Amino acid sequence: MSRTCTSDVLVVGGGIIGLATAWRAAQRGFDTAVVDPEPGGGAARVAAGMLAAVTELHYGEQTLLGLNLASARRYPDFAAELTEVTGLDLGYRRCGTLAVALDADDRAHLRELHALQRQSGLESEWLSGRDCRRLEPMLAPGVRGGLRVDGDHQIDPRRLARALVAACERAGVVFHRMWAERLSVVRERAAGIRAADGTELAAERVVLAAGSLSGRLAGVPDEALPPVRPVKGQVLRLTVPKRYAPFLNRTVRAVVRGSHVYLVPRENGELVVGATSEELGWDTTVTAGGVYELLRDAHELVPGITELPLTETRAGLRPGSPDNAPLLGPTECEGLLLATGHYRNGVLLTPVTGDVMAHVLTTGELPEEARDFTPRRFCAAAVEEQPA
Amino acid sequence: MADDPFVLGGTTYSSRLIMGTGGAPSLDVLERALLASGTELTTVAMRRVSPEAHGSVLSVLHKLGIRVLPNTAGCFTAGEAVLTARLAREALGTDLVKLEVIADERTLLPDPIELLDAAEILVDDGFTVLPYTNDDPVLARKLQDVGCAAIMPLGSPIGSGLGIRNPHNFQLIVEHARVPVILDAGAGTASDAALAMELGCAGVMLASAVTRAQEPVLMAQGMRHAVEAGRLAYRAGRIPRRHFAEASSPAEGRARLDPERPAF
Repeated sequence: MSRTCTSDVLVVGGGIIGLATAWRAAQRGFDTAVVDPEPGGGAARVAAGMLAAVTELHYGEQTLLGLNLASARRYPDFAAELTEVTGLDLGYRRCGTLAVALDADDRAHLRELHALQRQSGLESEWLSGRDCRRLEPMLAPGVRGGLRVDGDHQIDPRRLARALVAACERAGVVFHRMWAERLSVVRERAAGIRAADGTELAAERVVLAAGSLSGRLAGVPDEALPPVRPVKGQVLRLTVPKRYAPFLNRTVRAVVRGSHVYLVPRENGELVVGATSEELGWDTTVTAGGVYELLRDAHELVPGITELPLTETRAGLRPGSPDNAPLLGPTECEGLLLATGHYRNGVLLTPVTGDVMAHVLTTGELPEEARDFTPRRFCAAAVEEQPA
Repeated sequence: MADDPFVLGGTTYSSRLIMGTGGAPSLDVLERALLASGTELTTVAMRRVSPEAHGSVLSVLHKLGIRVLPNTAGCFTAGEAVLTARLAREALGTDLVKLEVIADERTLLPDPIELLDAAEILVDDGFTVLPYTNDDPVLARKLQDVGCAAIMPLGSPIGSGLGIRNPHNFQLIVEHARVPVILDAGAGTASDAALAMELGCAGVMLASAVTRAQEPVLMAQGMRHAVEAGRLAYRAGRIPRRHFAEASSPAEGRARLDPERPAF
């Protein structure tokens, strides 16, 4: 038997992006529901939670940088509000990041990144290898230099997800713990979803925020279907025993001969080591090679990690978009909005996404800071550009 | 170019630039760079992509109508490389394989003994084998003797951008080759690609030079022109090098600037 529930806003996907959207929507007075078999799950369960607007800067991603910075600026207030509402600690740690190089080649790469950061007006200080080790004595003696970025912080994404679920519940968001199977479209307008068990959930507006699964909801018209793909990341969790604390004081990351590795130390002793980046479809197995490569690179960076207990290995799926930037706002299908494709920056972009989506739901339009991230940028663009 | 066909493994290509996909900052940039490069053949690491994954690198190649050249990047033994090649053939339905068997992670240089072993097994198994090899003329000849469809010597280590470190070896390899010789690895900028073609290479394979450039799409376009320019120069035949100048304009019929006898 199918039953029908109705809401103003139905968010498909209860990961941190969907939850932040639902929370902000409910705060604006919308009757809001989330459909997800396991709210608070998704990629945030695996993510390290670096809030790395500066150290994650890449050539050609200056537009994304603007949004990343906008979200990083919101984080202190966002975290404080969430903690106040729920009483939960988020593991938000304003510890900064040190990005180091282990050989001359990686040093040259880091120098180039530094130049780009400076050009973009970002705060980042070049340190000698010796100064890096003075900050973080556990670093390998071979460190050739590094960038001290005091503005790139961290949060514990699992705690963030739990707090968002609690905040949503407190704000009156209804949770439908089931799989959304199909978008219902009535007279070319999104009208809700049908769940795997046949339940019909009707809504004025549907926000698709299903992470890497966003391209898979049946019934979404082709022109509104987000071009999102899963990008697998394997992540390890180690534990720093009390006698070794603090071990590391801030996030330490490096490019070790071309591959990226980071170590994120939490206040509770958890040390997150990540991450691989693999285009293997929906596969989420942890492989010997993935664990080996992460430990090999992390060991080269911080030799002492071999003493630490390895407490967890896990793989998750980043929602990758063609230009690595999120898809936010209305689609070509009336009543269907997107908040997906956050790729490497989902945790960082959570606060701004919540605000942007609430703005869109209220006014029908993207705010200025998010105009560039409209899903419509992928509609005709590919055809226009031809090589000279 | 219709009068100068590039035949590789029985297929004719009009572009002599083979691209790799590793290191691309995003799928969107990769797509535009591939378009700008004019490539018709692009290599993909089979250990890092899944043929079933939609919206990935393979979908981009499919959309652009670019033929996929699976490679065995990341393999250290002939056994792994053969297995990877067979899985790729099964998944993609192609006999083409760019064979890579590397010796260590620090240099990513080919392991010549494992490479030759793997090449022999794969050729016997019906593959069209394109081996990534050292710039060693003897090894190149042996790879050709076991039936490889091309020789792909490195100019310098993968991703180093150091160009062609031993042009003389390239000349020796080209002179003795009955199959196409393709520069693989080491190109850092357009002149490296042009030099390879001037030395008689049939093509150039590169990835990092484009994908890790600050402006990948511009560099792809630059590489496309460099390969074409180098090929034209090779076919045209360069002039001999001379120690002293030789005036390019003829001296006859020029006005004599003799102060005793004004020209007019």
